[in-house]
This record gives sequence, C-alpha cells and structure tokens, in this order.
Amino acid sequence: MVQLKGTSSELLEVLQKECGEILQDGVVELGSVVVSVDPGNLTKLLTSCKNSQILAFNLLSDITAVDWMDHRDERFEVVYQLLSLSKLWRLTVKVPVSESKPEVPSVVSLWGGANFLEREVWDMFGIRFVGHPDLRRILMYEEFVGYPLRKDYPVQAKQPRIPLRAPEVENTARRMIRPDLVTIRSKTKSSPAQGARPEK
Amino acid sequence: MNDGKLLEVDVGVGGISTSVRPRELGDDLHSETMVVNLGPAHPATHGTIRIVAELSGEKIVDADIDVGYLHRGFEKMCETVDYNQVMPYTDRLNYVSPAINNFGWCLTIEKLLEIEVPKRAQYIRVILSEISRVADHLTCLGASAMELGAFTVMLYMMEAREDLWDLIEEVTGARLTVSYGRVGGVKDDITPGFADRAKAAFKKVRDHLSNCDRLLTRNRIFIDRMCDVAVISAEEAINSSLTGPMLRGSGVKHDLRKSFPYSSYEEFEFDVPVGTKGDNYDRFLVRFAEMEESLKICEQALAKLPEGPIAVSDPHVTLVPKDEVYNSIDGMINHFELVMYGVKPPKGSVYNAIEGANGELGFYVVSDGTGKPYRAHVRSPSFIHMGAMRKMILGANISDIVPTFGMINMIGGECDR
Repeated sequence: MVQLKGTSSELLEVLQKECGEILQDGVVELGSVVVSVDPGNLTKLLTSCKNSQILAFNLLSDITAVDWMDHRDERFEVVYQLLSLSKLWRLTVKVPVSESKPEVPSVVSLWGGANFLEREVWDMFGIRFVGHPDLRRILMYEEFVGYPLRKDYPVQAKQPRIPLRAPEVENTARRMIRPDLVTIRSKTKSSPAQGARPEK
Repeated sequence: MNDGKLLEVDVGVGGISTSVRPRELGDDLHSETMVVNLGPAHPATHGTIRIVAELSGEKIVDADIDVGYLHRGFEKMCETVDYNQVMPYTDRLNYVSPAINNFGWCLTIEKLLEIEVPKRAQYIRVILSEISRVADHLTCLGASAMELGAFTVMLYMMEAREDLWDLIEEVTGARLTVSYGRVGGVKDDITPGFADRAKAAFKKVRDHLSNCDRLLTRNRIFIDRMCDVAVISAEEAINSSLTGPMLRGSGVKHDLRKSFPYSSYEEFEFDVPVGTKGDNYDRFLVRFAEMEESLKICEQALAKLPEGPIAVSDPHVTLVPKDEVYNSIDGMINHFELVMYGVKPPKGSVYNAIEGANGELGFYVVSDGTGKPYRAHVRSPSFIHMGAMRKMILGANISDIVPTFGMINMIGGECDR
C-alpha cells in the first residue's frame, strides 16, 4: 500500500501539538490522517497548516462535500484534502456543516486553487463559502433549480425549460459587465429581442 | 473623447449587442475594450469550453472561464451503481487515457478494502497506464501543434498513437473505452507475444517522436508562439493547486509515481523531467520528455513481468472461476452474491490519488457498507487547471489563448465529469 514518507502518526502528533485545542477529532483512517474541525475554527486550522514550517501543507488538493441526510445531525460535511510537497504527507480535514446554516469560510485567500473547487461544492450542494470572491454556479447553468448532489435530489429529476438567453455574455460573465457603462437597446424599441430575459 | 458618457451600442446579430465600454488606457492609443466570446464550439478549442475575454486591442484585460458543457453527472451516477459498474464511467473521464482512470478507481476501492493486488496485475496496470500516458501526451501535443499550424506533426503523432492504441486494443478489446480495470486486479491477462509487438510499436513511436522533435522543438514559429507565454511561477503554480506536467513545467519536481509510489512504481527507474520558467514551451518540453520516460517504464515492466495471478482470489472481491461456480455450492453462492450485490467495502471514507496524464487524479469515496458507493468524487486535474487559466492568460494576446489552452490539455470529460 501507499507508504508515507512522514508517517501518519508523526503527522497526527505534530498536529495535536500545533493546533490541538481546535481539533475536534483526529484519527488515522486507512493510513491517512483525518481531522475534524468546527466551521468557526476552519480558517485558523488551515492557516496554521499552510504557514507552519513543520506542517508545510502548501498544496490544496481537493475540496468536496458529503450529504449525510438522515444519517447525522449535521447534514453536510465539507472535506478538504491537503498535500505537503516538502514533507510528502497528506491530511484530510472534515468540517460538519448544518442544514439550517450551510456556510463555511472560504479559503480562496489561502489557496487560489480553491476558487473553482468551492464554486463546484456550492453548485452541487448549495453550501455557501463566505468570503468567496465570485460564488456562482460552475458546472450547472445559472437557472438550474436545486442542488444535484444532495441526496434528496432525484436522479431522474426534470428541470424547467429556460428561455433563450440573450445577451449571452451577461449571464455567466456577470462580473465583467459594468451596467453603468453599457446600455443595450433593441432596434425597434417596442418589441424587445425575442427570448430576452425580462428586465429586473 | 467620450467624457465618460454612456456609449450607446447599435443592435448586433439577434437584436442585442455585446458590451462595449469606453475606457482610458495607459498604453498606446485611446481605445475601447471589447468582449469576445470564444467557444463553446470553436475550431481552436478542442473541447467544449467557453472563454469570455475582454480585450483591449489584442490584449486580454479580463477573462471568464466557463466550464461545464460536458457535465454528465458522473458523481451522481456512481451512487446508483455498484463499484465495478463505475468502471465504464471512469473511461469517460479522461477519454484519451482511460486505463489510468480505471486503475485510479480500482486503487481507491482496494485501499478501502485494504487489499493489494498481485504483482503481475500491478505490472500490467503499469504497462497499460504508461502506454495510455504516452497516447495522452501525443494527443495533447499533436492537437496543440496543429492549432499552431503544424499539421504534419499532428499526423505523425496520431500515427504514433495509432500504434499504441493497437496495443491497448489487443489487451483490452477496445480502443477508447477500455473498462479494463477490475476491483482486485485487471480484466484479462496480456496477450501472448505482446512484448514483441510492444517493442516494435515503441520503435515506431520513437521514430515518429524524433521526427516531431525535429519539426517542433527548434521551430521558430513554434517557439515564438510558446516561449514566455502564460508564465506561471512555482509558487503560483502550487498556490493554484496545479499538478502533473503543469506543475513540473514550473520547475517543481513532484510526481506521485515517485512521491507516493503505487502499483510498484518504486521498482522502475525513470526520471521526472522539470521545466525552468513555467511557460508553455516548458510544459511542452516536459510532456515530450515524459513520453520517453513512460516508454522506458513500459520496457522495464515488460522485461521483468512476474508470473502469477492477475487478480486477488477473494471470492467477495473477484468472480470465482467458472468450474467452481458450476461444481460447488460455495462457488455458486459467491458468484451470485458478487453479481447481485457487488463488492462491499467496509464503512469508511478514503481519498486516493494517482498520477494521471494531466496531473493528480484523485478519487474520494465514501462507503456505507453496501455494494454501492455512498458518495464518489473525482478530483480531476483538468478542472483545477482551468481554474488557473484566467491568471495565465491575463495580459497576454488573444492568440496566446490557443497554445495555453493546448498545453493545459483540458479534456472535457474529465473537467466537467
């Protein structure tokens, strides 16, 4: 099986020493270290994981989430995979998130690579990443109803038809449109372009 | 000129124009920026991807990368089938090197089951993975070269890939969607005489590669389009979670086959090529050098391929031999159980990553003890690399999008899942 160069128990020991007071749980599961932390302490833990000379987790491998509907009190669990290129060890950080307040702090300021990953979790699970600079759907389209990877989203669910989009650029690259600088008018003022979205 | 007043835009095609705004620019002439829409179906983007670029002249001042056009709900589908039935879905992630995806999935489930496949199966996995990796790099470089005008290179590389796909077809029975991995081993043993045919194919591939090397590596046009374009430093690359040839192009010597060896990779000698600057040309060189390393690994694996079984002989993981099924009640029950309910890993969750052709291909699987995954997630390198693309093309010319996108080698199936 996979051999870690720095062993898992070593890593767990260092973690307990560096930020033991905020760790809820720390176990070695199938050879990899898994820790749990409250959403409130997440930024603190990940910051020290990244900046600590000993831990040196400089690469964020992955962010994903699990829906534990009807299995656990806290419905969601956001899972971070960290990798240290110098120490060659991996760490899994799990954050329980409640259904009533599905929010975790964003880590985009720590790792730029978190941008797309957090958008994907938002898109698929509806978990909001507070402080994310540009949190919008990524794999699904803007008008998609619901969050497809939640367990209560049926596999065969049908989505409502959406009107033809125009102007195209406005929908997904919303951030780039400066409404104060742009006016869009149709040639015949009385009949707007067919299929254009109604004005808000 | 405009005094910051609104610029009224006349109606374009379809009744609505794209946005145009006046803007004072520090450089050269006073001009307006313009938003252009590249994709989702564009001849220069091999894959369905949309890049909305805001241009000042030819310079990209802002960009929005829009992915998701090939989203098929891989992760949702995985929750409805058993562990071995996921195999054909993984083929369709990175469909240029499907065998690597198969083995990535298998290794994750095997980690969950805490089993290790026999040596021969590990070696066969290495051989197929490395052949797929070369095929993947050939596709990436060939398509990129073609987009930059070097059509001959593309044809040479496709011919080389054809030889490799013949090998893959011989073993797996399919060229593209191989479904060759199985939890606990591989589907079939390699064919008799495979080593000789592989040797002949590798010779042809090397000939083609040296031709392509002469055509590209010191080609003035190619260098002008690639060198110093989309430079990303080592720190930025790590910060953006880049892996694989993208990370190594920036000079970080990190390869999961070396740092976290799996499938007996520690038994083979190979180098990890790295770049120096982190521009497109470095990524090209890294990929080119990696092909030779992969061929070397294949040759070593074929030379010392051990004898033995190609799958574990656990009746709860792999199918029992047919004569046992028909001649013993235990065999029959085990066969029935496995076919009806599938492999049942114990409860738990696991993240396992392997070195895909594009970078770290990770699978996060949660098992609830039943035959179907409770949750399966793919950490796909293409998706994360696309997240870094905006940073890479800002300030570049619009024509630089083409080589940059080519060197990222986004595979739609893997990116959008």
